[in-house]
Amino acid sequence: MDLRLIQNATPSAEERDAVDSLLGAPQTDWRGTPHEAPADAYFGAAGHESRGHRHLLLPALHAVRDATGFISPGGLNYICQSLDVPPADAYGVATFYALFQMAPVPPMIAHVCDDIACRMSGAREVFAELESRIGPAGKATPDGRATWHRSPCLGLCECAPAVLLQRAGTNQTDEVIAPADASAVLTRLTGDARKVEPNPQELNGSLHAPQTLDPECAKGLRLLKRAGRVDPESIDAYRASGGYEALRRAFDLGPDGVIREVLDSRLQGRGGAAFPTGRKLQDVARAPARPHYLICNADESEPGTFKDRILMENDPFALVEAMTIAGYAAGCEQGYIYLRGEYPLALARVRHAIDAARRRNFLGADIMGEGYHFDIDVRRGAGAYICGEETALFNSIEGFRGEPRNKPPFPTMVGLFGKPTMVNNVETLMNLPEILIQGGPAFASVGTEQSTGTKLFCVSGCVERPGVYELPFGVTLREVLDLAGGVRDGRPLQALLLGGAAGSFVTTEDLDVELTFEGTRAIGAALGSAVIMPFDDTIDMADIVLRIAAFFRDESCGQCVPCRVGTVRQEEALRRLSAGVPLGSVDQELALISELELVMRDASICGLGHTASIAVQSAISKLHLFDSKRAQ
Amino acid sequence: MTVAATTHRLHLKTNRTVDLTVDGQHVRVPEGSTIMKACQEVGIGTPTLCYEQTLTPVNACRVCVVEMEGSRALVPACARKVEPDMVIWTDSERVRHSRKLVLELLASSVDLSYAPDEVQGYLDHYDARPERFGPPDTSDGAVHRDHTQAGHHIPTTNGYAATVAQPPKIDNELYIRDYSRCILCYKCVEACGVDAQNTFAIAVAGRGFDAHISTEFAAPLPDSACVYCGNCIAVCPTGALIFKSEYDMRQAETWDEERQTETDTICPYCGVGCTLRLHVQDNRIVKVTSPMDHDVTNGNLCIKGRFGWQFVQNRARDTGVEESVGTS
Amino acid sequence: MLKAIHNGARLYVVDPRRTSSAQWADGWLGLDVGSDIALANAIGREIIEAGLCNHAFIEHSTLNFQEYKAGVESYTLEYAERETGVPAQAIRELAHAYARADRAQLCWTLGITEHHNAVDNVLALINLSLLTGHVGRYGSGLCPLRGQNNVQGGGDMGAIPNRLPGGNDVEIAEQREPFERAYGVSIQAKPGMHLTEMFDAMEHGAMTVVYIVGENPAQSEAEMDRAIRLLSGLECLVVQDMFLTKTAELADVVFPAAASWCESEGTVTNSERRVQRVRKALDPPPGAKDDIEILCEMAFRLGHDWGHPSAEEIWDELRSLSSWHQGMSYQRLEAEGGLHWPCPSEVEPDSKFLHGWLWQHPVGGPLAPFHAVEHDPPIDKLTDDFPVRLTTGRRLESFNTGVQTSGYTSPLRRGESLDIHPDDGRSWGISDGERVRVVSRRGEVEVVVRYDPILRPGLTFMTLHFQDDVATNLLTIDATDPKSGTAEFKAAAIRVEKLNVEAAKTVEVAAVAGGES
Repeated sequence: MDLRLIQNATPSAEERDAVDSLLGAPQTDWRGTPHEAPADAYFGAAGHESRGHRHLLLPALHAVRDATGFISPGGLNYICQSLDVPPADAYGVATFYALFQMAPVPPMIAHVCDDIACRMSGAREVFAELESRIGPAGKATPDGRATWHRSPCLGLCECAPAVLLQRAGTNQTDEVIAPADASAVLTRLTGDARKVEPNPQELNGSLHAPQTLDPECAKGLRLLKRAGRVDPESIDAYRASGGYEALRRAFDLGPDGVIREVLDSRLQGRGGAAFPTGRKLQDVARAPARPHYLICNADESEPGTFKDRILMENDPFALVEAMTIAGYAAGCEQGYIYLRGEYPLALARVRHAIDAARRRNFLGADIMGEGYHFDIDVRRGAGAYICGEETALFNSIEGFRGEPRNKPPFPTMVGLFGKPTMVNNVETLMNLPEILIQGGPAFASVGTEQSTGTKLFCVSGCVERPGVYELPFGVTLREVLDLAGGVRDGRPLQALLLGGAAGSFVTTEDLDVELTFEGTRAIGAALGSAVIMPFDDTIDMADIVLRIAAFFRDESCGQCVPCRVGTVRQEEALRRLSAGVPLGSVDQELALISELELVMRDASICGLGHTASIAVQSAISKLHLFDSKRAQ
Repeated sequence: MTVAATTHRLHLKTNRTVDLTVDGQHVRVPEGSTIMKACQEVGIGTPTLCYEQTLTPVNACRVCVVEMEGSRALVPACARKVEPDMVIWTDSERVRHSRKLVLELLASSVDLSYAPDEVQGYLDHYDARPERFGPPDTSDGAVHRDHTQAGHHIPTTNGYAATVAQPPKIDNELYIRDYSRCILCYKCVEACGVDAQNTFAIAVAGRGFDAHISTEFAAPLPDSACVYCGNCIAVCPTGALIFKSEYDMRQAETWDEERQTETDTICPYCGVGCTLRLHVQDNRIVKVTSPMDHDVTNGNLCIKGRFGWQFVQNRARDTGVEESVGTS
Repeated sequence: MLKAIHNGARLYVVDPRRTSSAQWADGWLGLDVGSDIALANAIGREIIEAGLCNHAFIEHSTLNFQEYKAGVESYTLEYAERETGVPAQAIRELAHAYARADRAQLCWTLGITEHHNAVDNVLALINLSLLTGHVGRYGSGLCPLRGQNNVQGGGDMGAIPNRLPGGNDVEIAEQREPFERAYGVSIQAKPGMHLTEMFDAMEHGAMTVVYIVGENPAQSEAEMDRAIRLLSGLECLVVQDMFLTKTAELADVVFPAAASWCESEGTVTNSERRVQRVRKALDPPPGAKDDIEILCEMAFRLGHDWGHPSAEEIWDELRSLSSWHQGMSYQRLEAEGGLHWPCPSEVEPDSKFLHGWLWQHPVGGPLAPFHAVEHDPPIDKLTDDFPVRLTTGRRLESFNTGVQTSGYTSPLRRGESLDIHPDDGRSWGISDGERVRVVSRRGEVEVVVRYDPILRPGLTFMTLHFQDDVATNLLTIDATDPKSGTAEFKAAAIRVEKLNVEAAKTVEVAAVAGGES
């Protein structure tokens, strides 16, 4: 298209190389060769084909950021010229993501988690130390080499407090430090880079599924059966432990047979909406438009949630196999894994697994000699909770701002690139091999009548043994809590957050609730992403609720008014209440918050707005937070 | 010479119709109509801010929401297509609540004083009281708003309501961008993009409450891709984008729509034949628009049609007609 | 056009410069200036060779196909590549894309018509539409994009040497007679002169009195020195205009006119033959009169009392004489937002496209003839003395000689410049922004250079917008198409000279002084 690039902004050699290594060197000066080829003087093509690569915008932004730490005007220019995208548009996309900075920053950034689990487990001490040694968030170290920022939940709640360390440049790495103490962070930010000891956490992988340590307990595991036992970087180890038996079975059954087994299993989506997976497969398989796409939603960003990370880190081949099965059933030839940007180890393991599978002909053309063609691209998120919303995820992959679309039309008919699309989260997909091996009815025999199979629970906060737990649906909250060793240090339980930041607070009265989709619904809560986060009596619940409100304000995409302004007004009202200076009376403020909850739930475009007030409301109604009649 | 080979199919209108119920009244509309169209059929008005007949609906403002039986959330009337046997309520308790709150949220954060009278009408009709959220925080946030980092925010001063207040951007002689009046309806971005001009000079940047309309790196318009067609101004519902001629007169308090006439004529420049609607006050053109429902260009113009009329006035000045309006 | 592209249409752009449209094109064919016929004939030959022509249409609706086929026989892809510079493969691709499309349009502007062989250029394109049947059907056709708001309407009203209103031919008695009856005068049965012939007539002393309405030939004509000399030498020059233009300054009598588009009533006709109403929104400044009033006053003083007809009354008289416009009452024009001619009846719809009759069985009018035409490169040859091609055109924010557009402040306007490719700048030792002398065989101007990568080495560009500052038309050539009277504005041969260092300094100092005042 007719691009007007930013004047006097030329890309540096690093930026040019970064983009070229992703897209290939440009072939004509139309796309940015420094000197024109003679053929360019009389012929050029800048039409549909040239504009057809916009979906590489997010990877290109990552490439430039990885190389230099930020997106400069010259870097943005080069991306725009390479992909035929207008600079204002690309700027709008880049500024949508928290991990992209548009002004020069130090090459090393420590993102220190400030979210609910971490602030109960030592994050405050880390902040205090960083503030006193370096300065407030965003201030560079004296050598200009590093800085630190507060971050929303990094998905490492079981080993809080957590830090994600990003290094840009020739030796670009992302490193996780968890549990982090201030000195470990400071050594990296201010110390001599060559002397830094490797982070033991990183080498071990984040195996934080306590059940796997107990052989008795481990026997009953389905989704976690390889965690800690099978080398996640060896396809042979994977196959030796039953890997690819399910795909073989899928080919024997044929696509319709696979769908029948999944229907029989009564598997429901684990992303929160609990939609029957078999029906979704069927809808996509039957959709007349072609091609069909498969997306694995691995943008796990709900505060308190880390189960998908642990699956990807510990059993990445199973995810690849599960996606191949889903793709086969739904008639897809191309799959995408949209993986949140803060999961470096999961990213590395999944990429490795895809490459290994491709080498062994488990991906690509004619998989296992069965004539089925399927491949997977990994797309890395860049710090946006909203991209876990499926239609926002489509926009993000397509190279647009991660803003949700209106539904209908639904993704099974009009999804990625406007085509029928199967979207499932990691945990849901990982059930597919199990279903094929055991058969749908056998799978359905575990759990309850309405909620079949096992479920992964993310237990963190004030708990003795945090981690991910796999248990059949129907287990009670109390049982999970007991399995995790109860409240930390034996302190009294004040409250629990169930389901994540978009879930609800419950109290000790609710401990016997059956953890199923229907059981949680019955007490006015939701299973959500199966977060179970206990708070002991020392925790300031107002602070936790304020943090949740701030999270939604930060993560609202800004598209629709109820959510864009409603999340701001909600935070303001809570802040006034928390400071004890309500506008009018406390009751007036609480009524105002209720009104905000209603408009966000009724009139927002997507689930983020619909759920942005649930936790706040439950804190007010169940925990009687800010209750004017509550004894101070 | 240009060759365009059209490969798309003609859009043939179907003769099929859909029956539904709106506020208890039976309505039959052509398949593919929106709920808003069905409401019109039975004389029910729908408040809208981000809707424009010539643009793809983004349904971001949510002031048009209606209640649809069987749907958990309300649905946007401007975009949602009718389906057989839909039952729609446009004035239920929930609808009134959401419309009122949406208007309050906007009016508490955005300066709506240049919005057309109908917007004030909506506020009155739904008894919107934006002051419920506290006094507006109008501290100068301009620099902050152009360069925010997604995922981070500075909490609002306690006791105040955050706003988008900022000084207007005056960086050219043709029009002003006063984003303290911007409700982020996306219409200007659509008009600058694929829906009309295909210039892509502006986009939505940033995220959440800090989302804003911006050029790349917030560059001034003359450094951007802008071609000054003014098609963004034509669709702006709140006066955030405004002709400099109008802005100057408003500042001088000489702008008086009561004294203005509107006359449709044809642009004096190229052979496309765009209709110009001349807004004339005291025998002077004060701004130019174009009717949205005219099929030559559907309300869109280029810089010459939109701004190239001043020669008529310069000539009037030459012949000694008294300067009666304007400050420029 | 972009709407169609977003719907999946493919776009090919043929233009020496990489224009904004070229940046959207699936194929840009950057031919050398003035090689359009070589390209079009090669496309035609390739379509025939590849067996892609529409034989049913050719047989049913056209004439002279065999002559055409023979005429393009020598226009091989290789020949076309040599003449145009465009790779043969690209020409072949365009030929196939055009011939195989379900529907295709050819649109053009002055790049086709501002040549010494303008009509041949157009015929070469018409041949392609006849070859493929891309004419007279929805979504197909030939579309000259008019550069002025009423250039179509002017011709339709008879302001063209060989036509009366409604396309009636002055040379055909039965078409002429109704006008003679209505006007009560006899009309000469031979065409009048077109603009270039008029200047020739002035040169030869055959034309001594000229009445100019709303044109600025002292600045808009190619070889403007000659135009000014001839206009100055007239016995009597009358100019009727909104402004005291450079032409008006030469006049013996000036009639100040109202702005027709906003200070008077009437109609204009756009590129798609759509007649639309213009309306009075403003009172004209004191002394300025409506064109109709001025003409009626003139007539009265010449002994004809035409009274004081309204625009609508004049229009109704036109409708009584032009079958194209018969059905277009003011009332209908208002109600339907304009009507396309032919519109012979008030009760029938107007005609959205013109040549539908070619598809009727039997054909509803004369058959459409092919015209074999030959490539003939620009008159102003490139030589060692004048090695660089200068082409001219418009910029978005300005219009023609700037009489109207100079009235508003545009952030896009940057004044006149000689746009050159950066490689030329480097090899000539001329930097971006440097002031140079541009010399053609007819004259010279000084102008600032601007680097612009949409050009290529050897190709330069200027506009006609700022004639007061830089008289580009001192450089252009008035080699004229004998059929249309259009000069070859698109192709001049120039050389670019560095100003001597002293002169350059003076300019700089003057600029600084100007900046401070």
